[in-house]
Amino acid sequence: MNDLNQMFFQECDDLLEQLSSGLNDLEAGAGDEETVNSMFRAVHSMKGGAGAFGLDQLVSFAHAFENVLDDIRSQRLVVGDNVVNLLLTASDHLADLVEAASQGTELPPEQGASILSDLKHVSNAANGTSGDEQETVEEVDEADFQPTFLAIDGDLPSLDDMAAPEADAPVTIRFKASQQLFANGHDPAILFRSLETLGTLEIEADLSALTPLRDGPWSKPALSWTLTFTADDSVDEAAIREVFEFVEGLCELEITAAATGPGDLPPLPAPSDIQLPPDAMAQDTGTASAVAQPTGDAPAPDQSDAAAPATSAPPAASRPASSRTSTIRVDLDRVDRLINLVGELVIAEAMLRQSMDEMPSSANSGVDEAMSQLKTLSGAIQESVMAIRAQPVRSLFQRMSRIVRETAREAGKSARLVTVGDATEVDKTVTERLVEPLTHMIRNAIDHGLETPEARRDVGKDERGTVTLEASHRSGRVVIVIKDDGAGINREKVRQIAIDKGLIRPEDDLSDGDIDNLLFRPGFSTAGEISNLSGRGVGMDVVRNEIQSLGGRVSLQSLPGRGTSVTVSLPLTLAVLEGMVVKVADQSLIVPTLPLREMLQPGQAKVHTLCDGDNVLALNGEMVPIKDLGAALGFRSTPMCLGSQSLLLIEGESGHRYALAVDGIAEQREVVIKGLEQNYQKIPGIAAATILGDGKIALIVDTDQMIAPPGQGGWVDRAWPDATGDAHHA
Amino acid sequence: MHDTETETRAANRVEIVCFTVEDQDFSIEISHVLEIRGWTSTTTLPHAPAFVVGMMNLRGTVLPVVDLSLRLGFGKTEPGKRHVIIIAQIDDKIVGFLVDAVSDIITVDEAEMQATPDVSSSRTQAFIRGVHSLDDKLVRAIDVREVLPQEAPLSA
Repeated sequence: MNDLNQMFFQECDDLLEQLSSGLNDLEAGAGDEETVNSMFRAVHSMKGGAGAFGLDQLVSFAHAFENVLDDIRSQRLVVGDNVVNLLLTASDHLADLVEAASQGTELPPEQGASILSDLKHVSNAANGTSGDEQETVEEVDEADFQPTFLAIDGDLPSLDDMAAPEADAPVTIRFKASQQLFANGHDPAILFRSLETLGTLEIEADLSALTPLRDGPWSKPALSWTLTFTADDSVDEAAIREVFEFVEGLCELEITAAATGPGDLPPLPAPSDIQLPPDAMAQDTGTASAVAQPTGDAPAPDQSDAAAPATSAPPAASRPASSRTSTIRVDLDRVDRLINLVGELVIAEAMLRQSMDEMPSSANSGVDEAMSQLKTLSGAIQESVMAIRAQPVRSLFQRMSRIVRETAREAGKSARLVTVGDATEVDKTVTERLVEPLTHMIRNAIDHGLETPEARRDVGKDERGTVTLEASHRSGRVVIVIKDDGAGINREKVRQIAIDKGLIRPEDDLSDGDIDNLLFRPGFSTAGEISNLSGRGVGMDVVRNEIQSLGGRVSLQSLPGRGTSVTVSLPLTLAVLEGMVVKVADQSLIVPTLPLREMLQPGQAKVHTLCDGDNVLALNGEMVPIKDLGAALGFRSTPMCLGSQSLLLIEGESGHRYALAVDGIAEQREVVIKGLEQNYQKIPGIAAATILGDGKIALIVDTDQMIAPPGQGGWVDRAWPDATGDAHHA
Repeated sequence: MHDTETETRAANRVEIVCFTVEDQDFSIEISHVLEIRGWTSTTTLPHAPAFVVGMMNLRGTVLPVVDLSLRLGFGKTEPGKRHVIIIAQIDDKIVGFLVDAVSDIITVDEAEMQATPDVSSSRTQAFIRGVHSLDDKLVRAIDVREVLPQEAPLSA
């Protein structure tokens, strides 16, 4: 029962996501019929599941919600801003209800009362004006909400359609059990008997497939049944299907309404795959599940065949094939174990290749061929395994749209959320741990960033502020930008607060970037009074710590009057990295290839020496600072003679360039990232480690941290104030 | 003065792995020891305390190797073929301890461990949990958690 429960709530999460994505489309004016349909289905499925679990509060709310969606679907209700807002609020409340239910509690009834009454009001108004179409929303009757009625079905449009045949017209049910059904201890007779309790039942066995005993095989079931069922009142197809719920996938089941509506095609004779001869039973599992699929998804009559008679709405017919891709839920630990093993496999493969390379060249070519095949395969496995963990940030962003709404409401501001690049895939762990920091930054953006509608009007901006969430892949990292079009950071005020709090001295001379970075200092909060929203005692420093613990970095840019943007850059954890193996002070190190722009051999570069041994590289008229990697990592105290070194031109995250001086460049290769933190600790300037083909460990250089190593100000601070704040963490 | 998980019950027999560092006898509890390996070369770490020799590869796991001799104040080990690395799991970290040799595995009574003599060195107090007297030897029990590199890198 617990498992079922958990499954239901997981499903609810998915459905809420579906709902919210539909609402976003609707809000953006992009919604079409299918959008509303999918929202309707989502809410209805939740209602169905909630009914089965006896979550009455959820059921009644979902019901009211569903009615409004139904009105929109059947165009009795025109979607305006009011309606969208109501739906948004309602979906938030629905999420709350689900949350409460998952913790085994209920919300106090008054909490959603006004939303509920608004929903009912809207729906009543819609139906009042559009005449007597009440029969299509006949589910309004509370009596319909007996748990038996509500199978967990994913598809809705059919509900209306099956309303017609359910009451008195007989239903034809074809039932054929698979071998597995009997093996699992089910008995068709028991199923039929329980069906009989719901109405009048006539059973006819089809013996045609029966073969003489001597012909065998005896283990394959040959009987099928045709049942003619006349349902009692308030029994519908869902209830019939529920009888067969436990044998779902173990049988071929087809339910046909005998009486069809005017204009409908007569029901097809049973689809051909139903009449499989017994010898085809070998493929039974395949066919059975194909036929039984609609049981879970779409309780519409005739769904089992693509050429279904037009008794059901077209979207329902196309649905099981299109958007409902089949998924399984897997424990993350299992995935991680698999990922680790694949990582080992790749290393082993590289080691094998290396020792092969060291063998005399006479080695036989068959082995070579097999090796390259192995390499391709292990690469493909690795890619697929990594893809398991990666998830689009869409769901994360969608959660944020709610935060935007709520925060804006509480702060008396008007705001909307625009998301860009929400198909960007990020590791699941990262997505989960980003929720808190993102929430906080969004609250900040609205509470501190956006002006009040009046103030915005005065400066000629749209009264409604915009918060943009943007995700993209850049230089092997995921970059998420939270941008608002508000007033920007009030640096005077920030400075004053920092002085008041003793974070800086009044006489300190701070650049704009320095002041902006004060926001990341512990114990800093700009809200003049502690508001309910942002001033919760945690500030941007907490955000930064959280991001850093994910191996990420935060930086902040602000333009007065134009807005503030916070850039979070995160590593694609677990990823394989394309890197350049370089030699520095007899050590092999890896420089990631992505930020690498150019490589210069010794003597190729025009190097100029400034004072203090600082060198710059003249490149296309640009002066690029040179950093000696060996010295930066403390492998040697004085930089080597530059004449004998190769230079790697690196372009950092924020677009600034520098050249990394290394002793030699060995090769380019793919490496598997091995974290250092698990058994050791963070090392400044080092992102991670990897294992080379010879089994030796090589460290992976963090090219962004190279720019401003801890404790050294240097040119970086002056040139790139934004980048310094987060580099000083060691 | 340092609590251990085993010291609560009297007559608690524990197995310890004895090893030598600069001809002195030390021990750690066998429950920490995963395996013992010969010396393999390590990868030097930047900005690391001197007693962290480097990182080694144990079948795909990257773990730091601590030079116990240097850590305990005997001077730097020049590792060679005769040295061994004790792979130990401490909480959820796996580390290697570079020692001269592993001499024995014996069973001792945890209750009979003598307290660390009151010496002035704070390092002794921190790193040595106690002393077992065995025949003519004095086997010092290492506090494995203390000898690990601490989170804030010590500049050594």
